[in-house]
Amino acid sequence: MHPFSKRQRRILPGFGLSMGYTVFYLSAIVLVPLSTIVISTIGIEPERFLAAVSSPRVLASYRLSLSSAFFAAIFDAGAGFLTAWTLTRYRFPGRRFLDAFVDLPFALPTAVAGICFATLYSPATLPGQVLSRFGIELANTPAGIVVALIFIGFPFVVRTVQPVIAELETEIEEAAQSLGASRWQTFRKILFPHLFPALLTGVTLAFARSIGEYGSVIFIAGNLPFKTEIAPLMIMSKLDQFDYDGASAVAFVLLLISFIMLLVLNGVQRWQQKAYR
Amino acid sequence: MSIEIQNITKRFPGYTALDNISLKVATGELIALLGPSGCGKTTLLRIIAGLETADVGSIILENRDTTNLPARSKNVGFVFQHYALFRRLNVFDNVAFGLTVKPASERPSKQDIRDRVMHLLKLVQMDWAAKRYPSQLSGGQRQRVALARALAVNPKVLLLDEPFSALDAKVRQELRRWLRKLHDDIHVTSIFVTHDQEEALELADRIVVINKGKIEQEGTPQEVYDHPANSFVYNFLGNVNVFHGRVRNGKVVLGQPLPDERRELNGHEVKTGQAFIRPHDIGISKIRNGNDHPGVIRDIRLTGSQITLELESAGFDTPIEAEISRETWRNLELSKGEEVYITLDKARVFTGDFEI
Repeated sequence: MHPFSKRQRRILPGFGLSMGYTVFYLSAIVLVPLSTIVISTIGIEPERFLAAVSSPRVLASYRLSLSSAFFAAIFDAGAGFLTAWTLTRYRFPGRRFLDAFVDLPFALPTAVAGICFATLYSPATLPGQVLSRFGIELANTPAGIVVALIFIGFPFVVRTVQPVIAELETEIEEAAQSLGASRWQTFRKILFPHLFPALLTGVTLAFARSIGEYGSVIFIAGNLPFKTEIAPLMIMSKLDQFDYDGASAVAFVLLLISFIMLLVLNGVQRWQQKAYR
Repeated sequence: MSIEIQNITKRFPGYTALDNISLKVATGELIALLGPSGCGKTTLLRIIAGLETADVGSIILENRDTTNLPARSKNVGFVFQHYALFRRLNVFDNVAFGLTVKPASERPSKQDIRDRVMHLLKLVQMDWAAKRYPSQLSGGQRQRVALARALAVNPKVLLLDEPFSALDAKVRQELRRWLRKLHDDIHVTSIFVTHDQEEALELADRIVVINKGKIEQEGTPQEVYDHPANSFVYNFLGNVNVFHGRVRNGKVVLGQPLPDERRELNGHEVKTGQAFIRPHDIGISKIRNGNDHPGVIRDIRLTGSQITLELESAGFDTPIEAEISRETWRNLELSKGEEVYITLDKARVFTGDFEI
């Protein structure tokens, strides 16, 4: 039925009002701020835009941001899935406590997390020294950035997968078992395909968030040009040098990447859901 | 494949779900476990399937002790109340699932799987829906797919947990008859759980009435219905009028003495007891004969092919329900408020406190 059709009577009135609010808030909170980037970018001459976004240093930062966000998201996929499974499927003392813990990366100011990481893994402290004895250097390396991004992306995966695990009926597993399937077969053939769309959503959200993450990363990254400079930092440093055009050009590309990713995610989900519902 | 259930006991925190249950099911039989919800019947079914473990007792399938086998090794088909179909698989893959998860050495060839699945889908009249997903099917269709899926692995035993209770009345009745016919064709030993006495009576070769974790009675539908072993069975199978009173000399003394149909309780001491009589065993007439009780018609209700009368009679503290055929109703020309005579000579009297 057409959403604006007059013939369909709604039980709850107020479609016009709530739609108006939705459009207003979306505009005020999301669209207007973002459009300023687009508008200021449009004002830049193409050559300068290209020069700004394709300088080797900026390209290196894009590469670093994308790759570290990718690896962090992959790690979060595994760790978040397991955590979500454990928290939903088992009852154990301290479960609620752990469950509340998951949200900490949401709630904590990212700068606080950044300082924690920087302190924890610096060569001056014990954990950092222990790790470096095993050849793992986290301070001022891309690996350190990945660790910070894992922290930031983690709750996205857990919180998107958790409700889907919760609504899985145990009967489904029992049915698979009574048909002779092993635990692994039940998981691989029945449970995992069921949870996959939610997992994909969570991972994409974690990925998208990680690309733009700033506060928690810069303290541990060390911000060495070409090595550990992330894309959001490039924006900051361009602003510091009063290069507003360069900053908005870099920002525009980041915005584009995020937008395309969310679009792809939506498409994948629609394709996934089509057959089953 | 015969099933032997030996002294099964299962306790949950706070209550005993099954209390020393023993039962034998012969090969090819269709058995109904009948009882109110929470009586332990589903637990028993799940223990047979290996989805739950018993505290005490053993389950013997065809002379082999399978008590401690996990569900996957039992080769038992299980049909769930809410179908439990795999949502992400289409109908064909749902039915094929049990075959495709077999180890490579036992797995049939792709073509054999295809043939078997299509054969089963034809059997349950769902072959047209092989490519559909469960969400595109109605409840009755889903349950038939679930049944085909359970049958695909050639189970020794088929267990059905309230298979029709999530369906509406019309579909339920249709599927019931269809299942009976299917069972007559393939003869797989089956146990189904139900709280619907009508379903048990219509479908089963034998009914096992369970209450509070104990077997109250087992027998053919006719035995159980016509000769209920105790007040619980009498009350659970079909509508019934219950009159409470004291039993003296085989009669429940209410305001009016009501004798036991079989006159077996003669010479008993005074005890609390109840008289049971089914609404359709009550006679209504306009002329008094013998021990008839006078009464007044308070309400007349049309229930399908029957007419239900609500009667009031001096000495009975609860209203009496009687069922008469439409023909009788027409012949007697009854109307509300009219005085009639009630024949209660088919009552059964049980002593002891009545509980359900």
